[in-house]
Amino acid sequence: MKKSLLFISCEEAQHICDKRQYGEATGWERVKLGIRLSWCRITQAYVNRNNKLTEVIQKADVDCLNNDERSKLKQQFEEELAKHQ
Amino acid sequence: MADHKIDPNNWINLYSDYLFNYTISRVSDREMAQDLVSETFLAGLKSMANFKGEASERTWLISILKRKIIDYYRKINSNKGKAEVRMSYNSDTEAEGDWLEERVADPFDKTAEDKIENSELGDAIYDCMGKLPEKQAEVFKMKTILGYDTETICNELEITASNLWVIIHRARTALADCMEKNWF
Repeated sequence: MKKSLLFISCEEAQHICDKRQYGEATGWERVKLGIRLSWCRITQAYVNRNNKLTEVIQKADVDCLNNDERSKLKQQFEEELAKHQ
Repeated sequence: MADHKIDPNNWINLYSDYLFNYTISRVSDREMAQDLVSETFLAGLKSMANFKGEASERTWLISILKRKIIDYYRKINSNKGKAEVRMSYNSDTEAEGDWLEERVADPFDKTAEDKIENSELGDAIYDCMGKLPEKQAEVFKMKTILGYDTETICNELEITASNLWVIIHRARTALADCMEKNWF
């Protein structure tokens, strides 16, 4: 097995970690991340911070307007705004 | 001292998500939250002349929204309102001396505390998101909060998947930095 298949750069590890936050990292990518994580302190720090951010966002249960809701709000507001200008 | 200026042209872009998140965490009804945000913007437009510039536009709009939310609860006389009354007028004399422990253990209190902490956390996240460049904030919001899949975002914003992940990486790094200073 080629070394490059198993050993990845710090940047690639961070990219996989980002994808993992959204459940989009493949099994193989997670294995590669795990190997890098076992010895690279920079990757460890990044993963910890990234996981913490995900945890905080989930805890806060933040919400926002989707595109349709936002467009509707914008249209209503702009009609009213035009009357004031 | 009037340090802040008012410009309603940017209200939707700058504050609609923040106000919506603030509202939905307090009224738990998506349609009602949208109506309250819309009413807040319209009320803001009508009372622009009253804006003294002592607080930021966002703070001023939030103060209008808070009144709208209170009015909403007054109108519906909701269960939430009744629970608050129940807590305020708890006067069980037989349990005299135990009142402190009882109240600490009260599940309504726990829920309220959690909710307050979570809504403050939500406000902190929105504060940090407000500091991101517009594109980063938009992609982050679509991916993380709205939960759109990568392909949908790429099609909608006409970007490649690698572009999306670079943007997400930058947004997450900036947000983690900001949250570390303000919350972690």
